[in-house]
Amino acid sequence: MHVHKLEKVWLAIGFITLVAFLTTVGIQAFASGHGAPSDLTKVDPQNLEETEPFDDPGLHEIGENEYELVMILQSYGFTPNEITIPEGATVHFKVASKDVVHGFEIAGTTVNMMATPGYVNSTSYTFDETGEYLILCNEYCGTGHHLMSAQLEVE
Amino acid sequence: MVNENDVKLSLYHIYAAFVALFIGGSLGLLQTLVRSESITLPFKLNYYQILTAHGVLLALVFTTLFIFGFMYAGISRTTGEFTSHRRKAAWIGYFLMTIGTVLGVVMILMNKATVLYTFYAPLQASPLFYIALALLIVGTYFASYAVIAQYNGWRKANPGQKTPLFAFMAVATIVLWLIATLGVVAAVLFQFIPWSLGWSEEINVTLSRTLFWYFGHPLVYFWLLPAYMAWYVVVPKVIGGKIFSDSLARLAFLLFILFSIPVGFHHQLTEPGISEAWKFLQVILTFAVILPSLMTAFSMFASFELAGREKGYKGVFGWFKGLPWSDVRFLSAFIGMAFFIPAGAGGIINASHQMNQVIHNTIWVTGHFHITIGATVILTFFGIAYWLIPHLKGRVLTKRMNSLANFQIVLWTIGMFIMSAAMHFSGLSGNPRRTQNSDYNGHEVASQWGSYETAMAVGGTLLLFSIFMFIILIIRLAKTEPLGQEEFPIGVALDENTKSPKLLENWKLWIGIAIALILIAYTIPVFDIIQNPAPGSPGYKFW
Repeated sequence: MHVHKLEKVWLAIGFITLVAFLTTVGIQAFASGHGAPSDLTKVDPQNLEETEPFDDPGLHEIGENEYELVMILQSYGFTPNEITIPEGATVHFKVASKDVVHGFEIAGTTVNMMATPGYVNSTSYTFDETGEYLILCNEYCGTGHHLMSAQLEVE
Repeated sequence: MVNENDVKLSLYHIYAAFVALFIGGSLGLLQTLVRSESITLPFKLNYYQILTAHGVLLALVFTTLFIFGFMYAGISRTTGEFTSHRRKAAWIGYFLMTIGTVLGVVMILMNKATVLYTFYAPLQASPLFYIALALLIVGTYFASYAVIAQYNGWRKANPGQKTPLFAFMAVATIVLWLIATLGVVAAVLFQFIPWSLGWSEEINVTLSRTLFWYFGHPLVYFWLLPAYMAWYVVVPKVIGGKIFSDSLARLAFLLFILFSIPVGFHHQLTEPGISEAWKFLQVILTFAVILPSLMTAFSMFASFELAGREKGYKGVFGWFKGLPWSDVRFLSAFIGMAFFIPAGAGGIINASHQMNQVIHNTIWVTGHFHITIGATVILTFFGIAYWLIPHLKGRVLTKRMNSLANFQIVLWTIGMFIMSAAMHFSGLSGNPRRTQNSDYNGHEVASQWGSYETAMAVGGTLLLFSIFMFIILIIRLAKTEPLGQEEFPIGVALDENTKSPKLLENWKLWIGIAIALILIAYTIPVFDIIQNPAPGSPGYKFW
């Protein structure tokens, strides 16, 4: 099979770029700890409110300006749905769905993960800018889906 | 020429596809109007109901019917007429697909299946909705049989000869489809139907999502490869050139089979229950699909340049002027190719672990697949229809019709450019997809999205006008245009007379490698999801 010289060059450039991309993605995911949220903790969605830590949803201080935020997602709301944290706070989010699949997104940040029933999902974020953040569900969860949101205030 | 009986077979598929396009497209405009708060829906229809219908009719029905209609015509043209036995199988396929479609749409309109076209559990539709989907897929199996049997028949009748490139590509596309649908068939038959009938109380949500996306990603290649068939086989003839390389074209299609299936986890990157290492392995395989994509890009432009130089155009880019810009058969495909440059780059962003977190489930993703399926693929399909319909009906595409067709294509291009740009940009700031509106009680963050929603409605309006125009032109081409013979362009390759490596038609080998890659990428995580399942979910009907 004849392959034109220029095509070999073109594919070689493509291949090298590909390897460079993958290396970057891999290093960021595994060495810099920026992997996508992939929590493996199981939880029974039908007994969520009796299961730790979801029996006590809300903001818990766990260190200096460091918090754990436990949230329950259900059609069509977040519990809790109004949270206030100080500027510069690092928040470890722990979320789980009580019913169908939901999304947990804080618009304009990299906090974005799925909450599929049966699992806990988690991620962390440091809020260096003050303001009113919008938490919203970004997976269709029923006809009130667009009403499912919460407020996060960084002051 | 295409045999008369095959003409009917092909046309029925294509016409049914266009009915789906017309209804699905109209619903699309309604969605942009609801989102931009320009209208509220009549007849107690809800937004998510028409969104479900839009996705099912366009992503599943329009594409599948058009693709098989196109394949039947091309197979009949390149390998000879279908035997009556195979044609019968194809008709059975047609009826199963249309019955499945009608049943599915009725369920959606009765508000018994407002689950969107991805039907994620544990939202639970009526069992008839899942049965409708199963009928649609079983129909494609009959259709696949007809095409593969025809290809095998040709090989038997012409031992040792290179198969027609069109037929080879059709079979490669179908092989991809058959392997891919195993996932969704397993989910529908063993999970959704028993669960919706109440035979099983709970469903393994993560398993159903994994099976769906095992199918969902190759599904997009099932849409794309028929467009590539037109690019590789038809376009070189239209521009008066040659297919750059027959062997490399075949190799590219085989690589698409290998690298488009074991990659579904990149749709589940932000999902719990699947470990990061397996996600990353599938990201690597996802990126590998860039290679056959680059081969295709090279092939296209090499073919363009050679055709231009043949016509005497000089200089580094002089050949660009030698392309038939006013010929709709070329223009439509070329704009489709141009759209695929940002679309491919966007795809790489979506599949990258970290960048995915910025855009996951935002309307950026909607913008992404509207420039792949909704631009690259559909523009190419429009272009195919403009010569295929008159060819099959014994009429010609006149100069005047060609100009009107160009206008329709440009209208689509502008509409899609506006709509998809608005989707991409507002998605970057978090505007979610699949929402009836994105106002969030006037929240400050959400307030910036309003003007983008208006832009989407403007784009959507142009798109629907373009569909209206397309349908009118197609009716004229089928009914009233002058009689004559419109060409079915089939290109000749530069290496037409050199033997192509036997390896390229060794299907056992390629299917074997595909299965090996799938087993490597999926066995352990899927085994784990089944063996150590998370607590199951009962069904919910939140509509």
